Amino acid sequence: MDQHQALLTYCLRRGDDNLILSHRLGEWCGHGPQLEEDIALTNRALDLIGQARNYLQYAAEVEGKGRTEDDLAFLRSERQFVNTMLVEQLNGDYAHTICRSFLYDAWHLPLQQALTKSADERIAAIAGKAVKEVSYHLRTSSEWMIRFGDGTEESHVRAQTALDALWTFTGDLFVQDDVDAILVKAGVVPDMAPIRSAFDKTVETVLAEATLERPVDGHMATGGRQGKHSEHLGYLLAEMQYLQRAHPGAQW
Amino acid sequence: MTDVKTLEDVFQAKVDAEQKIEPKDWMPDAYRKNLVRQISQHAHSEVVGMLPEGNWIGRAPSLRRKAILLAKVQDEAGHGLYLYSAVETLGTSREKTNDDLNSGKAKYSSIFNYPTLTWADIGAVGWLVDGAAIMNQVMLCRTSYGPYARAMVRICKEESFHQRQGYEIMGVLAKGTPEQREMAQDALNRWWWPSLMMFGPSDADSPHSAQSMKWKIKRQSNDELRQIFIDRTVQQAEVIGLTIPDPELKWNEETKHYDWGEIDWTEFNNVIAGNGPCNRERLAARNKAHSEGAWVRDAAMAYAAKKAKKKQAA
Repeated sequence: MDQHQALLTYCLRRGDDNLILSHRLGEWCGHGPQLEEDIALTNRALDLIGQARNYLQYAAEVEGKGRTEDDLAFLRSERQFVNTMLVEQLNGDYAHTICRSFLYDAWHLPLQQALTKSADERIAAIAGKAVKEVSYHLRTSSEWMIRFGDGTEESHVRAQTALDALWTFTGDLFVQDDVDAILVKAGVVPDMAPIRSAFDKTVETVLAEATLERPVDGHMATGGRQGKHSEHLGYLLAEMQYLQRAHPGAQW
Repeated sequence: MTDVKTLEDVFQAKVDAEQKIEPKDWMPDAYRKNLVRQISQHAHSEVVGMLPEGNWIGRAPSLRRKAILLAKVQDEAGHGLYLYSAVETLGTSREKTNDDLNSGKAKYSSIFNYPTLTWADIGAVGWLVDGAAIMNQVMLCRTSYGPYARAMVRICKEESFHQRQGYEIMGVLAKGTPEQREMAQDALNRWWWPSLMMFGPSDADSPHSAQSMKWKIKRQSNDELRQIFIDRTVQQAEVIGLTIPDPELKWNEETKHYDWGEIDWTEFNNVIAGNGPCNRERLAARNKAHSEGAWVRDAAMAYAAKKAKKKQAA
């Protein structure tokens, strides 16, 4: 693999992470626990789809085969999606949705912060914009984790249950392979070790205040970066891609 | 009695002089009641309206369309919030207003009891439903109650973006493949008449109209607004090559307006009575969101109470 190929894959990974999570958050629309949360969820979904588009547009340019952001989003199949497994997990109850976002944000923020120093100017610029949005995401998801953990007995149990169920997907966030190795060497992307420390620190602080327990690091479900997903992703793509698949070549 | 009479005179003089009525001003009970009914119905319409549109966020056919639709539905939620706040300025709490929606006591715009069956419906909803709503809302920017009028100014700006994006969707589909064109025409066929019904019954049959006009809550009649909408929309349909599904539609040289066919008021009344295609689903979805969200709201309240207590102790 050369650096060009690695950059393409990296952009797809970042694009797919944000696209899939945005899609999941969009599923809440009109069904949130209160109107303010409907606004907050769509806001977050909008930020993420904006970031997804930035990365997928760049991926299309890097690839240089005339494909567009939409070709990449709507015409790749399950095994070609390289998002992390956490984001494709079902919404579940509101505690699951918040907890999934919290774990993602706690990883996403230090990653985007580090990417602002990327040797690749385009990535640095995308990250520069994303950092502001993701800081806000982490702040609000942390606040909800604390409210749930230290709210009522029911909310505490729901939050702990969600955390226990989703923890197995946190390993996939930190997997590093050739793509990362090549780009780390070129100064395009950061090494994961400091990102991991920042993640651990955020999780420790927030869970302490939320009176929630950090699950033990048991078996970690990994494979998202190689396109080996949970069964949930296929259904999500079937829904998301249906119009583009049913009307090949049509403009929308 | 004389006092109330005087107060009413002062109130009406203020309305007649085009001064805004503000929350702390004296107002007749019936004016307050009328406003609470109208503004809360409007708020509920924004919130219930998120459902048929949210229905297509997951299936939006491009990333740009997905982002636009998300932004649009987010706007609707925001409109709901402003309007619930406007209702609160009249002394009715959001909980009460929300309970009235969920129990089926309060109404919302009947248009949202129709399903969004294809992607073209998202275009039709923006173009026709938001287009019809704007007619009313532009008028309401000049309504006599200050908080409602001010909320409307902002809402109108966003709604006009919604209308344009809907029209753009329809235009793209109309120029697209034969299947896309058919989808667009079919959506227009299904949404046209319900959109005309959005303006409400003819003036002669509209129970609240006369008093609302006197109080300048309403400034133009249902029929006037409907006519402006038809005149404008017929031309827009021509531009993109779609056909309005009304064989009686004809330009009237004398009135300089379009004449149009008879609205099926039986259907209108039937949908209002709860028998539209999606009345039950819409109300069920709102109730489900509310009941499943109860523990979330409880947790937030409990946490806030704990925080306040700790702060007090410190």
